Amino acid sequence: MASIWEYANPRKFMATSAFVLPWIAGLAGVCLVVGLVWGFFFTPDDFRQGSTVKIIYIHVPSAIMAVNAWLMMLVASLIWVIRRHHVSALAAKAAAPVGMVFTLIALATGAIWGQPMWGTWWEWDPRLTSFLILFLFYLGYMALWEAIENPDSAADLTSVLCLVGSVFAVISRYALLFWNQGLHQGATLSLDREQNISNVFWYPLVISLAGFGFLFLALVLYRTQTEIRARRLKALIAQERMG
Amino acid sequence: MIALLSRDLALAIRAGGGFGLSLAFFLIFTTMVPFGVGPETGVLAVIAPGILWLGALLACLLSLDRIFQLDWEDGTLDLIATSPVPLEGLAAIKALAHWITTGLPLVLAAPVLGVLLNLPASGHGWLMASLALGTPALSAIGTFGAALTVGIKRGGLLLSLLVLPLYMPTLIFAALCVTRGAAGQEALTPLLLVGGITLGCLAVLPFAAAAALRVNLR
Repeated sequence: MASIWEYANPRKFMATSAFVLPWIAGLAGVCLVVGLVWGFFFTPDDFRQGSTVKIIYIHVPSAIMAVNAWLMMLVASLIWVIRRHHVSALAAKAAAPVGMVFTLIALATGAIWGQPMWGTWWEWDPRLTSFLILFLFYLGYMALWEAIENPDSAADLTSVLCLVGSVFAVISRYALLFWNQGLHQGATLSLDREQNISNVFWYPLVISLAGFGFLFLALVLYRTQTEIRARRLKALIAQERMG
Repeated sequence: MIALLSRDLALAIRAGGGFGLSLAFFLIFTTMVPFGVGPETGVLAVIAPGILWLGALLACLLSLDRIFQLDWEDGTLDLIATSPVPLEGLAAIKALAHWITTGLPLVLAAPVLGVLLNLPASGHGWLMASLALGTPALSAIGTFGAALTVGIKRGGLLLSLLVLPLYMPTLIFAALCVTRGAAGQEALTPLLLVGGITLGCLAVLPFAAAAALRVNLR
C-alpha cells in the first residue's frame, strides 16, 4: 500500500505531479467552460434579480475556494511543523497567492453584484468584512515569506503565523457576527438542507465549483513544481560557486 | 524571571521612551481627532469609544519592535536563551513588561482623554475596564509578532501588517463594550468576551512566540 508520505520526496512528487497536472488542468478547463457557459447562457434569469444572478457562478466558487485555500495552507503548515517535509512547506507557499486572488475575485464580483442589487459597492457586513480580513491575512503571510532569507526559517515562521492566524481568523469571523447584522444572504449551498437553490441553477453551479476546485489544485501543483525547481536551481548555483 | 522583568522595566524607564512616549502618542492622537472630524461634541461622543481604542491599539503597536530588537542586536537574547529561563517564560515576561510600560499607563490615562472627547459619563467605567482587560491581549499578540519579525531588518511595517489583523477581535469586542456602556446598554457580554480573548492569548501565545524565537535564534 503506497503511503501518502511518499510524495514528501520531491523527486516522486515531481514525477507524479508532472503526470497528473495536464489531466487536472484539462478537467478544470472543461468544468469551467461547461459550468460557466451553461450558467451564463442556458439558465433563466431570476424573477427578481434579472441576469445579475449569474455572477453566482464565479462568486460562490471563488469564495469557497478562498477559504479552502487557507485550510489547505493550514494543513500543509501543520505537516511541515510536525513531519518537516519540504514539499509541504512549498505547497503552502504556492497556495497563498492563489487563495489571495480567489479572495479578491470573491470581493470584486460581490461588489459588482451588490451595486445594482443592494445599491452599494461595499457594506460593513460580517461576511464581506471577514473576507477583507482574510485578504489581509493572505497579504501578511506572503509578506513574511518574502521578508525572510533563510528558506527553512521562513517556512517555520510562516507556519507558526498560519496556525495562530487561523485561530484569530475564526475568532474574527464570530466577533463580526456579534458586531453587525448582515446584509448578505445566508448560505445558498448547504449539505444539511433539503431545499437549496433551484436545480436549474444548481447543476451549472456544482460544475463550476468543481472547475474552480480543479483550477486551484492545478495552480498549486504547478506553482509547487516551480518552487521546487527554483530551489534546485539555487542549490546548483551554490554548488557551482563552491567548485 | 523577576530579575528579567525588573531589568526590562529599568531599561524602559531609564533609557527613555518607555512610559512617556506611548502615552504622549495616545494624547496627541486623541488631540488630532477633533481637528479631523470637527469639534461638535455630539459627533465626538459617538466616535469616542472607537477612537480611544484605536489610539490605544496604535500606541501599543508603535512600541512593539523594541520588545526584542535591542536584545537581539547586542546578543542579549542569545545569552538569555542559554540561561535556565525557558523562552516561553521570557516571552511572557516581555509581554508583561510591555504591558506595564504601555498598557497600564493607557488604562490610567484613558478617562482623562475620554473627557477630552466628550465620552458620556456612563462609558468611563467600561472604557477603563475594557482597556484593563484588553491591553494585556494586545501586548501578548504584539510580543508574538515581534518574535516573528525579530530577525528581519526594518521589520516595523511588516510587523504592523502581521499584528493588526490579529488585533481585530479584541478591538471589535472592546469598542462594542464601550459604545454600549456609553449608550447605557448592557455591556457586560462584550467585556467578558474581551476577557476571554485575553486569557486565551496569555495561555497560548507565549508558546507560539517562543517557537518563533527558537527559529530566529537557530
